[in-house]
Amino acid sequence: MKLALHYREIEGKSTGFWVLLGGLGLLIGLAMGSVLHMEHAGHHVTGMNNQIVWGLPHVFAIFLIVAASGALNVASIGTVFGKSLYKPLARLSGLLAIALLLGGLIVLVLDLGHPDRLIIAMTYYNFKSIFAWNIILYNGFLALTIVYIWFMMERKMNRYYRTAGFFAFIWRLVLTTGTGSIFGFLVARETYDAALLAPMFVIMSFSFGLAAFILVLMAAYNWTQRPLGDLILFRLKNLLGVFVASVLYFVVVYHLTNLYATEHHDVERFILLEGGIFTGLFWIVQIGLGSLLPLAMLYHPTIGKSRPAIATAAALVIIGGFAQLYVLLIGGQAYPLEMFPGYEVSSSFFDGVIGSYSPSIWEIALGVGGVAISLLIVIIAIRVLRFLPETLEDEVVDPHAAKAS
Amino acid sequence: MSNDVSNQMNTSRRNFLTKAGTTAGAAVVAPGVFLTTPAAAKPADEPVDIERRWGILIDTAKCDDCSDCVTACKIENGWGSANPVEEESSPEQQAQWIRKVGLKNKSTGHVLSLPLMCQHCETAPCVDVCPTGASFKRADGIVLVDKHICIGCRYCMMACPYKARSFIHETITDQKPWAPRGKGTVESCTMCVHRVDEGKIPACVEACKADNHNAMFFGDLNDENSVISQELEKHGGEQVRADLELNTGVRYRGI
Amino acid sequence: MRHPTVMRTVLRTLLAMLLALPLAAFGGEALPFSELSMSEPQRQFSETQECVQPEEEMRRNHMEYILHQRDETVHKGIRTRVYALEECINCHATRVEETGEYVRADDPRHFCAACHTYASVKIDCFQCHADVPVRESTLNTGNNSVPKDEIHGLAAELQQMLAAEGKP
Ligand code: SF4
Ligand code: SF4
Repeated sequence: MKLALHYREIEGKSTGFWVLLGGLGLLIGLAMGSVLHMEHAGHHVTGMNNQIVWGLPHVFAIFLIVAASGALNVASIGTVFGKSLYKPLARLSGLLAIALLLGGLIVLVLDLGHPDRLIIAMTYYNFKSIFAWNIILYNGFLALTIVYIWFMMERKMNRYYRTAGFFAFIWRLVLTTGTGSIFGFLVARETYDAALLAPMFVIMSFSFGLAAFILVLMAAYNWTQRPLGDLILFRLKNLLGVFVASVLYFVVVYHLTNLYATEHHDVERFILLEGGIFTGLFWIVQIGLGSLLPLAMLYHPTIGKSRPAIATAAALVIIGGFAQLYVLLIGGQAYPLEMFPGYEVSSSFFDGVIGSYSPSIWEIALGVGGVAISLLIVIIAIRVLRFLPETLEDEVVDPHAAKAS
Repeated sequence: MSNDVSNQMNTSRRNFLTKAGTTAGAAVVAPGVFLTTPAAAKPADEPVDIERRWGILIDTAKCDDCSDCVTACKIENGWGSANPVEEESSPEQQAQWIRKVGLKNKSTGHVLSLPLMCQHCETAPCVDVCPTGASFKRADGIVLVDKHICIGCRYCMMACPYKARSFIHETITDQKPWAPRGKGTVESCTMCVHRVDEGKIPACVEACKADNHNAMFFGDLNDENSVISQELEKHGGEQVRADLELNTGVRYRGI
Repeated sequence: MRHPTVMRTVLRTLLAMLLALPLAAFGGEALPFSELSMSEPQRQFSETQECVQPEEEMRRNHMEYILHQRDETVHKGIRTRVYALEECINCHATRVEETGEYVRADDPRHFCAACHTYASVKIDCFQCHADVPVRESTLNTGNNSVPKDEIHGLAAELQQMLAAEGKP
C-alpha cells in the first residue's frame, strides 16, 4: 500500500472547535476592551511609568515576533536544506509564522501612546531608526511568507517555491537580528550593551518558534484525530533540545562576558543575585523550568518518548522564554541608569532607584489577546485552506526510514 | 542688555530688527512668565540656522539645595505641581522636564547638587532611534519632540542616557499655548525654545540669575565671544557621560 | 526623509474616501453649512477682510494653513502669528453669555467643535493645545500693521502645494 501526501482542511464542526473559537474570541474581546480603556484614560491605568517605559505588552509582542521568525524554521529546513522529512510541515510552519507575527504586531501597535496615528508610523520614516527598519522588515516577512505558502499550494507556481523559501529564510534571519538590534542600539543601558544580543535573539527565535510549532502541531493532530507519527515528532523534539541548549549556552556566555567587564558587575549582581523578582524569574523560571527541566525531559530515554512529556517540555520552553524576555526587558529597565560613576544619586525623578513595575490587568489582557489572535488566525486558516496533511504517519513522512525500522 | 544672548547679536541684525518691526519681539507678558530683556530676537519669519548652537553651562559650585530653576520651568511650561494637571498619574508616571539631582561621592562623601534635564545632545540617541522623526534636532542644536507625529512608542525614552524624557500618561488640559503637551506623547526640556526664538533666555537660567545664584549660563556655543563660550574657555565644563561622546549642549562644572 | 508627500497624499485620499462613504450614503440630504450655529469671531482681520484669508478659502483649506504653519514653527522656529493656531483660538473662542467663560473644545458650541462634530471629522489638536485664549493676541488686526508679505507669501506657497496635490 502506497500512502501519498494529501493536504486537507480540518472539519471544524465539533463542539470543541466552536468552544475553542468562542474562547479565543472572548479573550480577543477582552483585549480590545482593555485597549479602549488604556487609550481613553491614558497609560496611567497601566503599571508602566517613566522608569519602566516598556511593560508587559512589549514582552508579549517581542516574544510573539521572535517566535514568529523561528516558527518558519521547520519550513526552511525542508525547503532550503532539502530535508524532505520536514516538507509536509512547511505549510503549517509558514502559517504559524504569519499568525504569530500578526499577533505580536497588533500588541505592539495597540500599546502605543497614539495607535490612532498608525498612518503616521507608515508615512513618516526616519531611516536612521532601527525601529522604522523593523516595520519594513515585518511587512516584508509577511509578504514573502505569504508568497512562499502560495507557491507551495499552487501547482503552477510550485517550481518557484524553493526560491521563495530561500528568500524567506534569509529575510527571517535579518528580521530577528533587527529585533535584537532594537536593544543593541540602547548604548546607555547596561543590560543591552552587548554585541551578543542580536545572535542571541536569532537562537532564541529558533527555540521559542519550534516550541510553539510543536505544541500547535500536536494539538491540531490530536484534536482532529489525524495520525502523527513518532518519526517526525521525535525529530522535532530532538531539534528543540538542541535549540534550548544553544540558548542556554548563549545566556551563559552573555553573563560571563558581562562579569568579565568590571563596569557591568553591578548590573550583573542585580540580575543574578539581588534583583528580587527578576533574580527569581531568571534562576527558577528561565534557567530551571524553562531550560534545564525541558532539556532533561526531552533527552530522557523513556520520558522523552512520551507525548504528554514532549508537549509539557515545549510549553515549559515557552514559559521560560517569556521569563527570559521579562528579565531582559523589564529587569534591564528597572536597573537605574548609571550617570555619575562613583556617586550615590537621589532625586524626585527616581534616579538611582530600582524601578518598580507591576503589570495591570489591562496589559495582561492585551498581551493574552495577542496570543489569542495568533491562534485564531491559525485555526481559521487550517479550517478554510489546505494546510495540514491528512496523516503524518511514519510511512507518509519517510517511507524508507519507516520500512527500515 | 544684560544677558549674553543680546551680547552676541551683531548690530546690523539688531538694526534690521528694529526696522522690520515684526510682531514677535513685542514684550508679551503672560501670567507667570518672567519679564526679561525683550527684542534682540531673530525676525519671526526667519528660520533658525546652524550658525548658532545654543547651550547651557551649569556651575555646580554655585548650585546648592535651591530649586528655583525647577519651579520656574514648571510655571513657564505648565507641568508638575505648579499646575492642576496629571492628577491621575502616580509620581512615577508624572512628567519632569528638569529635576534637581543630589550627588554624594562614595569615597570622599563630598555632596553636590545639580539640575538635570535634556542635555540637547549633538548626536542625540533619541533622534537616531525615533521611528517617525518626531524626535529631532533643530538647526540651532535644540532637541525637540514634534508631538504631531509622535506615536508614543517610547523608544526615545529607552535610548536617552539621561532619563530626560517623560511620557504623558493621562489627558491634559489648560496647557500653556507656547508649550503644548498631551496624552500619549513624549516630552522633555525644550530649552524654552519659544523664549529663545524671541531673544529671551530659558526660564530656568533666568530664575537662577534673578535670585543671584548665577550658577547657569545660557548662550551660543558657536560664538567664541559669548559669555558661555568664554566661561567654558576659562574654567572648562564637562559632559555627563562624556564616554558616550554625544557632544551635549548642556555642560557642568565640578562633577 | 520626513515628507514622502506622494505616499502621504495617496494614503490620505484613501482614508478620506473611506470616511466619506457614510456621508455619501446620505446623498444630497446633508444640512447646508449655513444652518450650523457658529460663534462670531472676536474681531476682523482688516477693514476689508474678515479672516486672514477670505472666508471661503478658510472654510475649505484652514487645515492646510495650520498644518503648514505647524511644521514651520516646530521645525524651523518660524514664529509668525498670522496662521498660528493660538491666534485662531484667540479670535474664534466662544464665551458663554451668562458666565462670560470660554467654552472648551469638547463643548459643541466651541468654534472648532461646531463644524467638526457636524462633519464628523475628529481632530486631536486640543489634546495638546490650549483650547481657549490664554494670553493676549500679538496679531495686530484692523490696521495696517500686519505684515502683508507674510500673508501673501504663505498663501502663494500653499496654493502651489495644493495644486500639486490636485486639490482646488
Ligand atoms: S538628553 Fe536625552 S532627550 Fe535630550 S537630546 Fe540627549 S538623548 Fe535626546
Ligand atoms: S515616543 Fe515619539 S518621539 Fe519618542 S521615539 Fe516614539 S515617536 Fe519618536
